[in-house]
Amino acid sequence: MEAISALVAQADPADAKNTSAAIGAGFAYGIAAIGPGIGIGYLVGKSVEAMARQPEAAGMVRTTMFLGIAFTEALALIGFVVFILLKFA
Amino acid sequence: MFGLEFPPINEILRWKDIFPTYNKIALIATAAAILGILLFLLASRKDPMKAPTGTRNLAEVTIDFIEESIVMQTLGKSGLKWTPFLLCLFIFIFLCNIPGVIPIIQMPATARMAIPMSLALLVWVVYIATGIKHQGAAYFGHLLWPPGVPVALKPLVGAIEFISTIIVTPFSLTVRLFANMMAGHILLVTFALLTESLLLAETKQVFLVPMGILPFLMLMFLTGFEILVAFLQAYIFAILAAVYINNSTVGHADDH
Repeated sequence: MEAISALVAQADPADAKNTSAAIGAGFAYGIAAIGPGIGIGYLVGKSVEAMARQPEAAGMVRTTMFLGIAFTEALALIGFVVFILLKFA
Repeated sequence: MFGLEFPPINEILRWKDIFPTYNKIALIATAAAILGILLFLLASRKDPMKAPTGTRNLAEVTIDFIEESIVMQTLGKSGLKWTPFLLCLFIFIFLCNIPGVIPIIQMPATARMAIPMSLALLVWVVYIATGIKHQGAAYFGHLLWPPGVPVALKPLVGAIEFISTIIVTPFSLTVRLFANMMAGHILLVTFALLTESLLLAETKQVFLVPMGILPFLMLMFLTGFEILVAFLQAYIFAILAAVYINNSTVGHADDH
């Protein structure tokens, strides 16, 4: 953190803006990845449990699992889009 | 800032225009469409009475996959008439995604917002039209005033349901496909650049140069992973389209 603030202090304003945008971008993606990470881990773990209990229902469980992953993952992806917007736009 | 020269985002994503308003991404999308059409035209010309070979085999396997793991799982037997639509979506998206790992081309056409957005809007129109066809104007009534919910909660649930069906669904369909493909593309770019800058580094510390093999191995691994992602995203897009269509055919009165 000290190194980052030293960087911000010595650079000119345009560079400082870029630096803070980069820091914000990093935090945007990092924080957005926490929730979906927990969510997908829980979801897949439970699905594997269900498949192990009832192998004959594996196909249905797998489809539902992918659906759940798709919905959960969207949040992390929006975080990634924010990252791109902050970093490059 | 990152310790390596990262090219501007437009250079990674845009490429040069071949002529105004038509760049290489549009070219890839066109090629994907033509390739898909050709594949199935060729397959349909083979004699259906003989055991399938070549393109017909491939086409039959794909159709079987769509029927077994997308249509039957979500729409059930009465939804088999949706197979052609979902098949088109799947094939087109997959053929747009896979150039992301093909050497020399290395750009998924879906890594720009335009193609996922038009596909998502197409799905949006299709499932709203299906809802109106199956339930008439009651489709919007069921969205705004969902049956089977306690009366006190109906305005709240109705508002959430309406916003999520009309606005959030196409948006999330778009962003899911687009962001997945762009994230993969940027990962590949990053590791390729790391490999290049380490191998070509002018440094006195000799051991740094052979270190370039590490990001290269990661690049190989990620390329394999991207093939999986290209397939999975096409599959997820098609299955979500099927789920949304199913939601508007059965209505929200039935539990599902």
